[in-house]
Amino acid sequence: MGYPHQSHPREAVVLSKHFGDAEARTLAGWKARGGYQALEMALGMAAADIVTIVKDSGLRGRGGAGFPTGVKWSFMKPGDGKPHYLCCNADESEPGTFKDREIMRWTPHALVEGCAIGAYAIGAETAYIYIRGEFTEPLEWMNKAVKEAYDAGILGANAMGMGKRVDVHVHKGAGAYICGEETALMNSLEGRRGNPRIKPPFPAVAGLFGKPTTINNVETLVAAAHVLKNGAAWYKQWGRPDNPKSTGTKLFSVCGNIARPGNYEVPMGFPFKDFLWDLCGGPLPGRKIKAVIPGGSSVPIITAEEAEGALMDYEGFVAAGTMLGSGGVIVFDDAQNMVKQIARLARFYAHESCAQCSQCREGTAWTTKILERIRDGQGTMEDLDTLLSIGDSMTGNSSAS
Amino acid sequence: MSHGPSASGGALARAPHGHDDTPYQPVFVGDRRKDLDAILLKYPTKMAALLPALWIVQEARGWVSEPAMAEVAKALELTPAYVKGVVSFYTMYHQHPVGKYFVQVCTTTPCNVCGAEDVVNAFLQHTRCGELGATSPDGRFTVIEVECLGACGFATPVMINSDFLESVTPDSVPDILAELP
Ligand SMILES: Cc1cc2nc3c(=O)[nH]c(=O)nc-3n(C[C@H](O)[C@H](O)[C@H](O)COP(=O)(O)O)c2cc1C
Ligand code: SF4
Ligand code: FES
Repeated sequence: MGYPHQSHPREAVVLSKHFGDAEARTLAGWKARGGYQALEMALGMAAADIVTIVKDSGLRGRGGAGFPTGVKWSFMKPGDGKPHYLCCNADESEPGTFKDREIMRWTPHALVEGCAIGAYAIGAETAYIYIRGEFTEPLEWMNKAVKEAYDAGILGANAMGMGKRVDVHVHKGAGAYICGEETALMNSLEGRRGNPRIKPPFPAVAGLFGKPTTINNVETLVAAAHVLKNGAAWYKQWGRPDNPKSTGTKLFSVCGNIARPGNYEVPMGFPFKDFLWDLCGGPLPGRKIKAVIPGGSSVPIITAEEAEGALMDYEGFVAAGTMLGSGGVIVFDDAQNMVKQIARLARFYAHESCAQCSQCREGTAWTTKILERIRDGQGTMEDLDTLLSIGDSMTGNSSAS
Repeated sequence: MSHGPSASGGALARAPHGHDDTPYQPVFVGDRRKDLDAILLKYPTKMAALLPALWIVQEARGWVSEPAMAEVAKALELTPAYVKGVVSFYTMYHQHPVGKYFVQVCTTTPCNVCGAEDVVNAFLQHTRCGELGATSPDGRFTVIEVECLGACGFATPVMINSDFLESVTPDSVPDILAELP
């Protein structure tokens, strides 16, 4: 079921199957829907075999960067004598993105299960789910699900009665976009200011509490559980035959000036035109779509024409001059003043800069000022040059960009 | 984190919670101390319990005062200055008392294109707060704009304390306010 709408026949409903189905939220309801079978399988397998299946499936990180999940998991060296940690990134603060929220609100046990499998696969006994503080309702459901799982012996010192320790804890953030960046998230979890760390060392070497750590997005971990249960070949049935680099299904959040905003799950490579018009219902009555940001506010904006030709996978969006990012589709129609809206987005980044790097702190502040000046009709040609040079100086020179 | 409207402006004048001349009542006693002890078991360091401890303080007192920061610092073996540095980094901890109802309206681009600014104006008008960050004359409301609340498809999302409302329109604001006790 797509949420808040009935799912469209052309959706490939895997992760979102139980969205809107309140019974799936409880442990009994989740088990009746096949829940925790994947975890039982996992705990009976060698961790390395789980990593191999996830690698073979082609699953890539759904948090924005698209790094192959199995490869990331294989960086964790089993038996190195150190505690390992799994961090689940549920900070979801990229404007336009609200899919992890729906996963946690409707299928909290799916995430508990995904975290437990991920933790076991990377040799960790503990997983932390870092949820942004504003997500009061998802926090409530996740806390409830974790408690139910402990009470039923699914988590803890003898998880599922299979002799292995798996702990999952929920950690509530306190408002800071930058904490979605993986090293900032770890600092925040440790009780520090959420400033990103300088890499290297990478988290797999020295991450949370200085120990080897893997960090994955909510959707990634939930998808991994499906991969394990049904196999790599099953997962690869979705995707373009001519593009083996993007496999499986992807949840896209759709917002802005569109007839039916919400979450939609489609196979990788789905035609963006059909997505916007057939699934999401196209523009509002009497309006035209002017531009689209397809992957959350950090990815490049494209025109409606460019969007109509795009295919919805990592490579397809790159070919269209943008990126898949976190899958947050923001639609702008012809009633919008684009300079005003881009200036508003610049203000977001200025507000959310953690102020650690001068290029970012100053750059985002200046960009906002200049764009607001242009918005108010006070712009000059020099302003455009200044914007371009600020952009150049920020790219590649800041910790979190 | 330091820019933009914050809860501090104007909110000091009428403090609904806590007065500086009353002796400080510790937060971490009884059940709250037990809650903190349970939280400490989840992490290998005491410092990692800082954000959860600050949440307990804010839930109990409505905001995080300097004496409360000192109490948290002592419980977690940190310095008060350290705790203050962390508190000030995060936007959700109030360092000053706020109105009984703290209203946060998302106005980031995806909500903005759906008319979020009109929702903000409706709240400012109907609460009689007048301006962003100020507390209403009756001490009940503080209204601020926030950045993306992660619910962009349900424009305009609004948080009133810990209640999360979806699809708020200017027309629905009077009813929402009327339902608050
Ligand atoms: C500024 C910034 C913000 C980010 N915000 C998020 C976020 O809210 N959620 C998320 O999952 N990843 C976010 N990321 C990506 C994470 O750093 C990280 O790549 C991701 O959580 C890894 O998980 P994955 O491999 O499963 O995608 C952000 C990255 C940056 C640079
Ligand atoms: S680039 Fe900006 S947000 Fe990232 S670490 Fe530097 S100052 Fe902080
Ligand atoms: S932009 Fe308003 S909730 Fe995301």
